[in-house]
Amino acid sequence: MIRNIVQATLIAVGLTATEASAEAPFIVVQSTTSTQNSGLLDYILPGFEAETGIDVRVVAVGTGQAIRNAINGDGDVLLVHSKPAEEKFVADGWGVQRFDVMYNDFVLVGPKSDPAQVKGGTDIVAALTAVAEAEAPFASRGDDSGTHKAEMRLWDATAAEPTAASGTWYRETGSGMGATLNVANGMGAYVLTDRATWQSFGNKDNLEVLVEGDPRLFNQYGVILVNAEKHPHVRAAAGQRFIDWLIGPHGQEAIASYKLDGQQLFFPNAD
Amino acid sequence: MRDLVSDMASCLSVGGVRITRKGKALLDVPSLNLDGPGSTLILGPNGAGKSLLLRCLHGLIVPDRGQVMQDGVPLNAERKARQGMVFQQPVLLRRSVAANLDFVLKRQGLPRSERKTRIQNLLTEGGLDGKARQSARSLSGGEAQRLAILRALALNPETLFLDEPTSALDPSATQMIERMVQRASSRGVRIVMVTHDIGQARRLAADIVMMQGGRVVEHGAAQQVLDAPESDAARRYLAGGLVT
Amino acid sequence: MQNFATEFNAAMALILNGDAELWAIVLLSLKVSLFAVLISALIGMPLGAALAVARFPGRRVLIVLMNALMGLPPVVVGLLVYLMLSRSGPLGVLELLYTPTAMIIAQVVLVTPIIAALTRQVIEMLAEEYSEQLRSLGVSRLSSVPVLLWDARLALVTALLAGFGRAIAEVGAVIIVGGNINHVTRVMTTTIALETSKGNLALALALGAILIGIAVAVTAMVSTLSLRAEQEGLRHA
Repeated sequence: MIRNIVQATLIAVGLTATEASAEAPFIVVQSTTSTQNSGLLDYILPGFEAETGIDVRVVAVGTGQAIRNAINGDGDVLLVHSKPAEEKFVADGWGVQRFDVMYNDFVLVGPKSDPAQVKGGTDIVAALTAVAEAEAPFASRGDDSGTHKAEMRLWDATAAEPTAASGTWYRETGSGMGATLNVANGMGAYVLTDRATWQSFGNKDNLEVLVEGDPRLFNQYGVILVNAEKHPHVRAAAGQRFIDWLIGPHGQEAIASYKLDGQQLFFPNAD
Repeated sequence: MRDLVSDMASCLSVGGVRITRKGKALLDVPSLNLDGPGSTLILGPNGAGKSLLLRCLHGLIVPDRGQVMQDGVPLNAERKARQGMVFQQPVLLRRSVAANLDFVLKRQGLPRSERKTRIQNLLTEGGLDGKARQSARSLSGGEAQRLAILRALALNPETLFLDEPTSALDPSATQMIERMVQRASSRGVRIVMVTHDIGQARRLAADIVMMQGGRVVEHGAAQQVLDAPESDAARRYLAGGLVT
Repeated sequence: MQNFATEFNAAMALILNGDAELWAIVLLSLKVSLFAVLISALIGMPLGAALAVARFPGRRVLIVLMNALMGLPPVVVGLLVYLMLSRSGPLGVLELLYTPTAMIIAQVVLVTPIIAALTRQVIEMLAEEYSEQLRSLGVSRLSSVPVLLWDARLALVTALLAGFGRAIAEVGAVIIVGGNINHVTRVMTTTIALETSKGNLALALALGAILIGIAVAVTAMVSTLSLRAEQEGLRHA
């Protein structure tokens, strides 16, 4: 009987081995949680895979970690949303060239009770200032992600110093967007989120969008091929094919046609 | 059971053996010769050092001083392999009865068919026919001790040590074991056995070693030691033993 | 939360109707963890048994260290294995990052100390009981290891199950080295983490229910098999 257990295990192992050997060509895309959690990638990738036979393996982490992973050579393509960090990535030689892919926007979400009285505003800086003055709970990603970087840029435009209040009304979760939304919901906190993740988030409960439409809430996504001069193993040809598709008509149309509850989440804007 | 016979009577001797713990001599035997065939029984009160002496003879304990000789040569691995030992509490492997015997036979490198025959013969010898496939741990106390003896016999020992093998058993189980010991002895296996039971000593012993306080107080032919002990210590022990 | 019950029911229906994607995830979880436990057993059992019977300076320290390693934080293990397997790491050329193999490696690191430490404990107790008898039969300390392992087999099944429990329930390490890639390295726990972050709490909970169900099923199966193995082993010996 013990032999049977071992045999069963070996069969399981054998299956693993077969799968690995019968591998289709693939690329690894280091991307951000918003593209995955919103369902966008699950929607558009089958089209690319059918067209090219290239399997796209997405590792969805925060923008900061995605960039670090790419610097380590653990990805072929970077698809993230923090333009300054992306440009630095290319300037440092880790990436070949950066292309605009699409945009959406950030929104300020908060509890329906709205203790800081910011609902309906279109000035995000004024809204954040009100939150800080009311010392109303605010949940921050705190994880060096694209959203976190955008949030920090917005705070910089206010007179408030939220990080000095860290642990009091300003709470850094150090987690992904979804996890941070769960936290915000739990503690009735304000939170800055990208609209796509918000739209597809299933646990909205007591939260609602309070501030939107400020041009400063613009959220641009870029795509970059990891530089094969730095990492010779990069699957450059396949990676470039993916980028060409993404910023070409097929990819752009696919992005535009992705809708959740009738609402478009990402707006293609490749040149 | 021809294969259990060893044709040469062995000679075990102890020279200047001493074991000391915390300044107290637990065993102090300047000289002891167990020669010739037959059965030696070691008698004495608790703490006399009987089990310790047995373990020294078997090489399980290396004395602080002195040594054990077999046929004039210090006990070596080859001779040790031809000694069997049965403990007061039988330690059986968590396997079947047959597998406990097979464990020893396999180590001798015997082919499967021969092992099978030997196992069958041994089981018959120990009255364990039909229990081959039973878990050894499910045997009764008497059966377990018989199996332990069979396993020791499977080594084809020239010497078989037994450390109070019947102390926890009822009279009929004790009798079966005494018969096994007698049969082994008659086949030429040198028996060295520790006991508390003076009746058992009378039934089995050719010679008797009487111990007290880590020393051998008397060693002689069984009848002489039992009926006309020379030392006070032996007299006292036997008197107490006969009373109880 | 009002639609919690309906969502939960929908998720359970997905499971019961044999949704192919879901079952592929379940299967991968089982494969990775079973393989990890197998390798950990091959390393951990002889190691634990050797530590139980061998006597050498520093043995106590090693045992304390091994017991401490039972509580290794999965995230730390994940990070260490990531640093080893990353293209910039020493083993980067093997191209194992973001594969099931990487997840197996991480789980082996987590599970081996558990199996080794529990084995050490079990074997040390048995070795004490067997010590004189085995020496009397001429079995040396080191060659007693296989004898002890075999005779402790029933207790060791428990050690295996403890290791399996740790492996199948762990998320921190596999999400880092596996990357939670759909159809490639997505397992039960990383799916649960993903669905939680999407706010799909009911689906996450339903997946958690399957995970618990699988753990119970595997434990029950192994226990039954080992019991039967015990009985059969006795009949054939």
